[in-house]
Amino acid sequence: MRRVMTGVILLLLLVTGQSQAEVVEHWLDNGLKVIVKQDTRAPIVVSQVWYKVGSSYEYGGITGVSHVLEHMMFKGTEHLEPGEFSRIIAANGGEENAFTGRDYTAYFQTLSNDRLEVSFKLEADRMRHLKLLPEEFLKEVEVVKEERRMRTEDKPTSLTYEQFLAGAYEASPYRIPVIGWMSDLDALQVGDLRTWYRKWYAPNNATLVVVGDVDPQEVIALAEKHFGPLKPETLAQPKPRIEPQQRGVKRFTVRAPARQPYLILGFKTPVVGTAEEDWEPYALEMLAYILDGGDSARLSNNLIRGSRQAVSADASYSAFSRLSSMLVMDAIPTPETSMDKLEAALLQEIERFKTDLVSEDEMERVRNQIIASKVYEKDSVFYQAMLIGQLETIGLDWRLADDYVENLQKVTAEQIRQVANKYLIESNLSAARLDPLPMEQQVSRQHMGGRHEG
Amino acid sequence: MRVKRWLSGLSLFILLVCSSLVFAGPKIQSWHTDNGAKVLFVEAPELPILDIRVVFDAGSARDGDKPGVTAFTNSLLAEGAGSWNAQQIAERMERVGAQLETDSLRDMAWVSARTLTKPEALEVTLETVAKLLAEPRFEAADIERQRQLILASLLQDEQSPGSVGKKRLYQLVFGNHPYAGDPEGTRESVQAISRDDLLATHHRLYVAKNAVVAIIGAVDRAQAERIAGQLVGALPEGEAAPPLPQVADLDRAVVEQIDFPSTQSHLYLGQPGMRRGDPDYFPLYVGNHILGGSGLVSLLSEEVREKRGLSYSVYSYFLPMRQPGIFQLGLQTKNEQAGEALQVMRETLQRFIDEGPSEEELQAAKQNITGGFPLRIASNSKIIEYLAVIGFYDLPLDYLDRFNERVEAVTREQIRDAFRRRIDPQRLITIQVGRIDESLVKVGQQD
Repeated sequence: MRRVMTGVILLLLLVTGQSQAEVVEHWLDNGLKVIVKQDTRAPIVVSQVWYKVGSSYEYGGITGVSHVLEHMMFKGTEHLEPGEFSRIIAANGGEENAFTGRDYTAYFQTLSNDRLEVSFKLEADRMRHLKLLPEEFLKEVEVVKEERRMRTEDKPTSLTYEQFLAGAYEASPYRIPVIGWMSDLDALQVGDLRTWYRKWYAPNNATLVVVGDVDPQEVIALAEKHFGPLKPETLAQPKPRIEPQQRGVKRFTVRAPARQPYLILGFKTPVVGTAEEDWEPYALEMLAYILDGGDSARLSNNLIRGSRQAVSADASYSAFSRLSSMLVMDAIPTPETSMDKLEAALLQEIERFKTDLVSEDEMERVRNQIIASKVYEKDSVFYQAMLIGQLETIGLDWRLADDYVENLQKVTAEQIRQVANKYLIESNLSAARLDPLPMEQQVSRQHMGGRHEG
Repeated sequence: MRVKRWLSGLSLFILLVCSSLVFAGPKIQSWHTDNGAKVLFVEAPELPILDIRVVFDAGSARDGDKPGVTAFTNSLLAEGAGSWNAQQIAERMERVGAQLETDSLRDMAWVSARTLTKPEALEVTLETVAKLLAEPRFEAADIERQRQLILASLLQDEQSPGSVGKKRLYQLVFGNHPYAGDPEGTRESVQAISRDDLLATHHRLYVAKNAVVAIIGAVDRAQAERIAGQLVGALPEGEAAPPLPQVADLDRAVVEQIDFPSTQSHLYLGQPGMRRGDPDYFPLYVGNHILGGSGLVSLLSEEVREKRGLSYSVYSYFLPMRQPGIFQLGLQTKNEQAGEALQVMRETLQRFIDEGPSEEELQAAKQNITGGFPLRIASNSKIIEYLAVIGFYDLPLDYLDRFNERVEAVTREQIRDAFRRRIDPQRLITIQVGRIDESLVKVGQQD
């Protein structure tokens, strides 16, 4: 259990322009961490509850349980009927939703700033008093299967990505699809959800993030009132499940009805917290920006416009996740480009980093974009809360969001060359290809009704 | 009862919502540039950023006999202008941290940008956007590359049951009207578009009198006037695009099934809906909010998802446009239960038309819409979209200020009356994309 109340840390962050963002941190006695960021631009507030649980906490047989539980959080508590949570938020003019990821499950409401208490009362209730009615579960798990059919089964690129992750990772739970395997959803029982809920839904496994036009001290008092009485849980830390060193390129083929082939390449990479050197994840972020940070970046310039080998090409990497992850590139070839050629072209872009230093001009362009987006993100209270919640929930400090720009600015061209040579190597590579199966001729049948006058 | 007592604290909040009807929206200023473009501006000094959006009546409704030509034209603006090629345009913007977007739909085509207000960034952004509006190059190599990207995007649509269904729905709902076609065109039509077609489209539609400039950010009125002038000052005055043809009512129901190798069927119902500024706008908007426009708490969601677990997403919406846009309902469900899901969706619509909403449903909807007003204008990126819509569709400048009051004035009888006059379940278009069988047809045809 968490140590009680480390006091209130008050931080004044000067941001460009006239607004000041005051961030207040506070721990309740039961271990709930409360983070409040004042933003007085509009009379609204966003409230988010983040739980440290997601698909990377799951294991074979119960995959998807975190996400199904997220759905069930709207289906009734000891105090509320199924669906009543959403009706109350709606009647208060609120917007709400929830999302499940590899490392977190989060719930949010955006409301007029005089209604924060509605959100606290409801969230505190479902943190410990969920009902998990069997008949509601039976319907909701069918909704989730429809979600899986829509997002994955009938989308050839998503199917390919799911197979890519499942094959690229061996021991790491990042191989598990967030929505779960269909057969695990078929076999899921309401009892599995009860166990999962009891295990992870507790104040000492959660972070409450509030951003908006609110008085931080009042928010904390309100949090004490509603979340304070909740009992903490004895938490078992998830097992480490460290990915063993990969020892050679892995290749996967996905055959599915599709019109276009699709390629994914991923290199195993460390993140903040698992890297040997603190700067390495930031160098990898810079490298990904150089590849795909905007329309002037290398993938657009060289592959889409220059050689015209791709109709789309992306690179992504995040320095922030609970476990080591991958730098991933994906692309769709132009009709006259073979998959081998496309793969060679993407790998050629990676090879270039190992020999040539990135030019100062490119570095500067990326830095300026990052500095500007840091200002732009203040246009959205929701996004500001997201950044804080995400970092806290993967076990990092929310202040890293504020240090992010500075940490990227410190990266040198030489450091980018070093991480490319160290991590972006063949023995770390996984590659997946979507090999389109012909789609049958689309037969359509039309039935006309009778003509109606009027 | 325990449940009721626990709730009493919350109902107080609910009651409070009704009392706060009057919300001032952002203060919108409007004027015309010297060459005739309409400008809408909101001063927002809190953050050192500026958002601009220049909207043209240049969506696919203006394609004429060349489907896809307006979207193709719009997509080429950032691919070369003045003395810059695509790479140089992107580098200019990104070097100062500015963001650029070009896009088009059926009514509108636009260029938008977000930049810091520090002088260098602001200058580069304005100069670049102005250049790509007035002097796009339409070079042969750029045209061919862009053509390939559009063709690839159309191919991608063909592997998505949702895209296949939506495109067919529009064809059947709008028939010969320009709204029938997909904004990107078809593979055949895009192949046939020439450089001259693109030049002519730009020449005809990217003119000041066919433009609306929306601006929000940390600048004052005098600066905003200069900015608007700088953005569109080099455009010829030209003419506003002529009125679009009327959208005809459907004269019969059609059920169309498209066989597709998917595990789910995507089901769509559609009919022509309403226009912007429509006299029935508020009754239809509030009514639809109750029927299928309010997420998990809508009637459709209650019947299809909450009670029966048939679909992850189910909705209905009106898309108000210059002429009546679509009224659409949709869901996705595994093939075997397509007939059942369609039945529930149709019955829910029919019941709503017959009975209208209950007083409780109407009150809940009003509370949700009016209470959520501050959320809808809480960021510059949301306000600029309102500015573009208000300017483009000639809505009054107090549209946002009076929004809640108009929502509050809607009655049950108005909703029931408007739905009965405007939506005819016997003349709906029904589309199924998925594994098809005969049983669905009976459901689709029933009166």
